[in-house]
Amino acid sequence: MKIHEYQAKKILQDYGIPVPRGQIARTDKEALQVARQLAGGRFVLKAQIHAGGRGKAGGIKVIDRIEDVGRAAWDMLGKVLVTAQTAEEGKPVRTLLVEEVLEIAKEIYLGIVVDRQKACPVILASAEGGVEIERLARERPDRVIAETIDPAVGLRPFQANRIFYGLGLDQSLAQPVMATIIGLYRLFIEKDCSLAEINPLVVTEQGNLVALDAKITVDDNALFRHPEIAGLRDISQEDPLEVEAAKHNLNYIKLKGNVGCMVNGAGLAMATMDLIKLVGAEPANFLDVGGGATSQMVKEGFRILLYDKDVKMIFINIFGGILRCDTLAQGVVEAARELVIDLPIIVRLEGTNVEEGRRILSESGLAFTVASGLADAALKVGEIAKGGPVGRA
Amino acid sequence: MSILVNSDTKVVVQGITGREGAFHAGQMMAYGTRVVAGVSPGKAGQPFDGIPVFNTVRDAVRATGANASAVFVPPRFAADAVMEAMEAGIQTVVCLTEGIPTLDMIAVRQYMKGMNSRLIGPNTPGVISPGYCKIGVMAGYIHRRGRVGITSRSGTLTYEVVDQLTKKGIGQSTCVGIGGDPVIGLNFVDVLEMFEHDEGTDAVVIIGEIGGTAEEDAAAYFRTHMTKPVIAFIAGITAPPGRRMGHAGAIISGGKGTAEEKMRALEEAGIFVVPDPAGVGDVVSDVLSGRRRH
Repeated sequence: MKIHEYQAKKILQDYGIPVPRGQIARTDKEALQVARQLAGGRFVLKAQIHAGGRGKAGGIKVIDRIEDVGRAAWDMLGKVLVTAQTAEEGKPVRTLLVEEVLEIAKEIYLGIVVDRQKACPVILASAEGGVEIERLARERPDRVIAETIDPAVGLRPFQANRIFYGLGLDQSLAQPVMATIIGLYRLFIEKDCSLAEINPLVVTEQGNLVALDAKITVDDNALFRHPEIAGLRDISQEDPLEVEAAKHNLNYIKLKGNVGCMVNGAGLAMATMDLIKLVGAEPANFLDVGGGATSQMVKEGFRILLYDKDVKMIFINIFGGILRCDTLAQGVVEAARELVIDLPIIVRLEGTNVEEGRRILSESGLAFTVASGLADAALKVGEIAKGGPVGRA
Repeated sequence: MSILVNSDTKVVVQGITGREGAFHAGQMMAYGTRVVAGVSPGKAGQPFDGIPVFNTVRDAVRATGANASAVFVPPRFAADAVMEAMEAGIQTVVCLTEGIPTLDMIAVRQYMKGMNSRLIGPNTPGVISPGYCKIGVMAGYIHRRGRVGITSRSGTLTYEVVDQLTKKGIGQSTCVGIGGDPVIGLNFVDVLEMFEHDEGTDAVVIIGEIGGTAEEDAAAYFRTHMTKPVIAFIAGITAPPGRRMGHAGAIISGGKGTAEEKMRALEEAGIFVVPDPAGVGDVVSDVLSGRRRH
């Protein structure tokens, strides 16, 4: 689960990591109030959205005079921000973080992720802060320090030490930098993070260490033990259809095409999308109704697909295995009747009692195109996509 | 012949009184798997379908000599169940549970260092040596005894490929689902190594997907260590970056882990890469018959 920058900074503070002085604002008035409280000369307004690349997209603005804060906040709030990391639809800006502007002497990168192969956390650091770590790792791997942490004993002081000296900073920063590294690691473990990143971690002209930007992603599977994090969820940052799908335990992701697909199992769902593309059509979505899909889930899946106005045909691909295809087919027929679907529907069912399932679909009187296998289904999707003749079942 | 499980495998089902555990214990027995015990704390002494149930895995192992375990325990307790099985001396632990926190799995991997156990999963359909033993949730009847090994990060997509092979009369030695999570037990390289040394396996199918570097590692291993032909399909060529496609492991981040990159790595190593998920069976058939060579 993603959280906002201001929420991440609050957590950093809880772990003793300094952040710039600031407050959130949801209106231009509030923004001005925050600026007044901060006093000082210059302010930065930062759009709080669940995506990076805000700076280049106009989501971060430095304001030199307090008189201009309200106007700038007015311009940013309520807008949709499209950045290099968002979809075309962008993300709505409902909250701004208003902060003091710091005089920066140096920018550092500090982040923690999980190394899947070694099955342990790894701390990444670089003296080249402010750039994307993935790019840095690709272009200047010699500039990235990586410390693998033994989860049994945790982060050892010598490792924090090694990171600090690797960064080539002034000795006077040893204590604050090591405290920040240790704090960030504690946070990563205690909050079940999949990513905890400070980028950049800056040294100010005055010689202070401050986390200028922060990104924390928490493992969805661990949210049950972090109600305080689960409560930070901001649904405005998520696609409404994806939110609706999640309520029914369906895994849905909106894509750009017009072939709505409903599949059981994530791998088969991805393969089905690939297949649609191979026959010259475009998938409208990823929809996984789960390895053990039930008729009820199929029905909810149908509903979600129909909400998407781009969908021009529906492809159902269920490899039931142990699931009984007759009950599943019954569910498909009932859902299609109830929801009055007037789009072409291609169904591929496999599993126990598959013949009976196909018979139920064929005899339903509804316009299903029943495919006999994946290759046959692909052929039929391609035909309909090209507007060609379709053998109705 | 087969790998990991065979007719000597004696299975204890952890969580046998739960909904999933009960159903699949029955299915496994119906397939012919030697399910010898169940574990469910507090339920000892209440037999399940003629199978003795114990409070702890240690009790189950002592009484029945179980050497493999199927873990059907809810996500928040599953990592603990896996460790319990390993501590009790279970050799092959198959963890079917989906949704285990990553840090819990990191602890498991740490715990099992130096132990004699191997872990399959979590978030896997399980492992099956057709005709001998099935530990998992896959439908037994789609499989057929034979000489092609399969290893996969996915569930239903594996069934799809198995089905294509079986319908062509090509049987399987063992099918191993390594699981869709970021941190897992056995990986592709471990399984490839077992298949390479298994006399009952002539060729291997890898079913990979976007995210991570498991397929790239498999390619590197194949290049230096394998003599048997390998055929691969990678799901997710149409997946948008930065989105989690169902499996926690299936995410492309920072341009890494794309399907294109993986397919290129596999192809360059000399693995037959199938672009069409509906065509895996055909390619395997061609490779086995010698119609397709490098």
